[in-house]
Amino acid sequence: MRPLAHRTVNAGRMAVPMLLLVLLSFFCNARADDDSAPALPTDYPGLLAALPQADFSTRTQIVARIVELKPPHARELFAAWLDNRLQSRQSDGKLFLVEAHDEMLDLTDPLTLQAAGSGKAEDFEPVRNNNALRKTLKVAIAEYDLADPDPRLRIAAVKQMRRDLDEETEAVLRQQLAVEKDRGVQRQINVALALGALADTDAAKRLAAVQALDGENAPDVYNALLPLARDAGADPDAAVRAAALGAVKHIEAWRGFYEALETLFFGLSLGSVLVLASIGLAITFGVMGVINMAHGELMMLGAYTAYVMQQLMPHSIGAALLLSIPAAFVVSGLAGIAIERSVVRFLYGRPLETLLATFGVSLVLQQLVRSVFSPLNRSVASPSWMSGLWQVNDLFSLTRNRVIILGFSLVVFALLRLVLNRTSLGLKVRAVAQNRSMAKAMGVRTERIDALTFGLGSGIAGVAGVALSQLTNVGPNLGQSYIVDAFMVVVFGGVGNLWGTLIGGMGLGVVNKLLEPYAGAVIAKILVLLFLILFIQRKPRGLFPQKGRAAEGM
Amino acid sequence: MSPAQNLEQAQVAVLRGPLFGGDVGNRLFYGLLLSAAVLVPLLNLAVPQGSVLHLSIYTVTLLGKYLTYALLAIAVDLVWGYCGILTLGHTAFFALGGYAMGMYLMRQIGTRGVYGDPLLPDFMVFLNWKELPWYWHGFNHFAFAMPLVVLAPGLLALAFGWFAFRSRVTGVYLSIITQALTYALLLAFFRNEMGFGGNNGLTDFKELLGFDLHHDATRVGLFLASVVALGLGYAACRAITASRFGRVVLAIRDAESRTRFIGYRVESYKLWLFVFSAVLAGIAGALYVPQVGIINPSEFAPINSIEVVIWVAVGGRNTLYGAVLGAVLVNFAKTWLTAALPEVWLYALGLLFIVVTVFLPQGIVGFLRQRFGAAS
Repeated sequence: MRPLAHRTVNAGRMAVPMLLLVLLSFFCNARADDDSAPALPTDYPGLLAALPQADFSTRTQIVARIVELKPPHARELFAAWLDNRLQSRQSDGKLFLVEAHDEMLDLTDPLTLQAAGSGKAEDFEPVRNNNALRKTLKVAIAEYDLADPDPRLRIAAVKQMRRDLDEETEAVLRQQLAVEKDRGVQRQINVALALGALADTDAAKRLAAVQALDGENAPDVYNALLPLARDAGADPDAAVRAAALGAVKHIEAWRGFYEALETLFFGLSLGSVLVLASIGLAITFGVMGVINMAHGELMMLGAYTAYVMQQLMPHSIGAALLLSIPAAFVVSGLAGIAIERSVVRFLYGRPLETLLATFGVSLVLQQLVRSVFSPLNRSVASPSWMSGLWQVNDLFSLTRNRVIILGFSLVVFALLRLVLNRTSLGLKVRAVAQNRSMAKAMGVRTERIDALTFGLGSGIAGVAGVALSQLTNVGPNLGQSYIVDAFMVVVFGGVGNLWGTLIGGMGLGVVNKLLEPYAGAVIAKILVLLFLILFIQRKPRGLFPQKGRAAEGM
Repeated sequence: MSPAQNLEQAQVAVLRGPLFGGDVGNRLFYGLLLSAAVLVPLLNLAVPQGSVLHLSIYTVTLLGKYLTYALLAIAVDLVWGYCGILTLGHTAFFALGGYAMGMYLMRQIGTRGVYGDPLLPDFMVFLNWKELPWYWHGFNHFAFAMPLVVLAPGLLALAFGWFAFRSRVTGVYLSIITQALTYALLLAFFRNEMGFGGNNGLTDFKELLGFDLHHDATRVGLFLASVVALGLGYAACRAITASRFGRVVLAIRDAESRTRFIGYRVESYKLWLFVFSAVLAGIAGALYVPQVGIINPSEFAPINSIEVVIWVAVGGRNTLYGAVLGAVLVNFAKTWLTAALPEVWLYALGLLFIVVTVFLPQGIVGFLRQRFGAAS
């Protein structure tokens, strides 16, 4: 790299480009003096006001002054300028940060960052920049970001700078490296400098750069090394090419590992949905022996509860979502109790009839939702903490909503176990399930327990529906698409066994996702269904069959 | 677990009676079927169009469709009413029979398709396929397609039943895996790569055995074929239920373990009954397709299978003619309601499920029997 003459003079972090700018401004000023143009204003608002009329060299001066003054929000100003979003109103020459919005522009005042109404696009003129100015702006932005106290922002800034390296940015990075305390930032700067050194004319430096990059997994590193490793003409030096090949192979090995991890995660995520959908069924079907075909519709009711809560509280989506969990439990639970009292209780001991009657209930509920809301799908918005990616490292990221739903399904499972094993209601539920007449003889009000158990299972279906509303659209057919799967999971895991439901659901989710790359999504699903059909033939009572006398009656 | 006492008595009465008598419902069924076979073609073809008595070709086709549904309902009643196997996947067999017929009809289109390809059906040309998949060969011959109407559902039922009954999967578990079966087929047939027209299915049929499908006389002919198939299917089911085989089947329904301990091979009885029922469903499907003019994967939908069960439940199970009554009544209501009050249909169907199972466990026929005592 060609050393910059003035680098040795300054040790301060911001000094290099500053000097550059000062020098530039000095030359420009000299010329400006010759033309006897008015001197630049010294305050930030004044500088901004002068910007639209200034020529490119004066604009460069203005940037240098702003960097010296360090006013608040200057970074936003530079960033907007770089994107041509810094525009002046033609009527009065006032500057705004603009955001295009159909034909209109949303205006923001650059001094305060307050919204300043909107205007027609044709009334505004962007403050233009040229290549030299763009470079100056980039350096200025990078300096702002690198000066930020938050190391995560500094890392992001370094990564951003890596995309477009040149001598000036590299110089800034070197300065930063000298004063940087955070190891993560240091590492990213070293990567950036090594990436820059890949183009060095000295083969030894290139080799050192490749060796420094070995072990880094970032996509830009991979893309930079790949041509060196694959293409014999990309580098004259064989040692550099060999080192690059080694580094690329390491990255690819890690990629394979993380891809497997990702498949596992997607499998567990699908599994968590299956577990949520089937765990309520594990209560009504597994503990009570009631085939509740309306289970999917109880989930649908939960999802619609989330939708309604969001309509009621449109300004606090997150709170609405959290509140809709208990609300959905109550709504679906009450609906479940109503179903139990009005239909199911007449049909105990006749499982096939229960199946048909609850199927009728499911049709009524579907149509009810169609009449009340609409046959069209509704979408439930995700709060910000549930959307986006969670970047674990360069190669591995997880979608946040799936991570949360995975955790949520485990929490629901744990709570349900707690209720069944540690509360008096749970004790009675299990007593009635094991021996109804003995429980009755001991003074348990079995009818009440039946209703409550059914309500519990239904309420959990409602809670599952809230989770589903974050993954898919909410519509009248939401429940139907899960009911077959849910039954399969319960039967697969072993009727009456909550752990079986958890393991069965997660296992089926993972198997499904493992098959998908080879067979495609639909065939994978068909294979899983066929596997389940065959599995039930071999082990009709599931993975973890109930033992003892209680199992005989099932 | 055991059905109502009065029903058992009625059952004995049915078994005692000869094939064509003894039971009011039975005689009524044959009588109505025969009069439909005579009256419907007559009212359509012989009565002039303007007359009040004229039966439009739309109605004839609609009635023909009901009759194929009735045959499907009989098939379900045979396994559910008489053997206690609640199948939630019988439309899978119905649709397979329908697809076999549809493939034949598809090949009959020949060069009259949109793309005019002499060999490939339109959807294959559209998907840019170059040659006919191997399993489509031979379907241009009626004599090849018709055995497959019977074989495709029969073999599937044989394979499925062999696994299921041998490992003694019963009750709701069996119901759920039959549902999974038809669901898996639904997903499979939705795929374009399967070569069955994907989600559009097979349609745009032109002729059957050289008869134009859009011609009134052909429609009437199909109606008559449905009458004959329903009559024969009904008679066959009746013969089976009245036979020694049928009595063992009833014993299995009421006390499976006991029957096994006496020394009967319960699995074989169930299996052959199931296969025969699937074959009937396949024939019904094959007659259904040319009358409605389309077969697509939605026929596999689990909800359709459950709807068939409710037809049987409404009419009254283990009577056979009850299944016919239920199929015709519910479908008539469906046709009428979905046209007049589309919003109400699902409410009505849902309430039908609830009311019939809770208040009329033996269906309309059972209710009438209870009401009018042993007169039947």
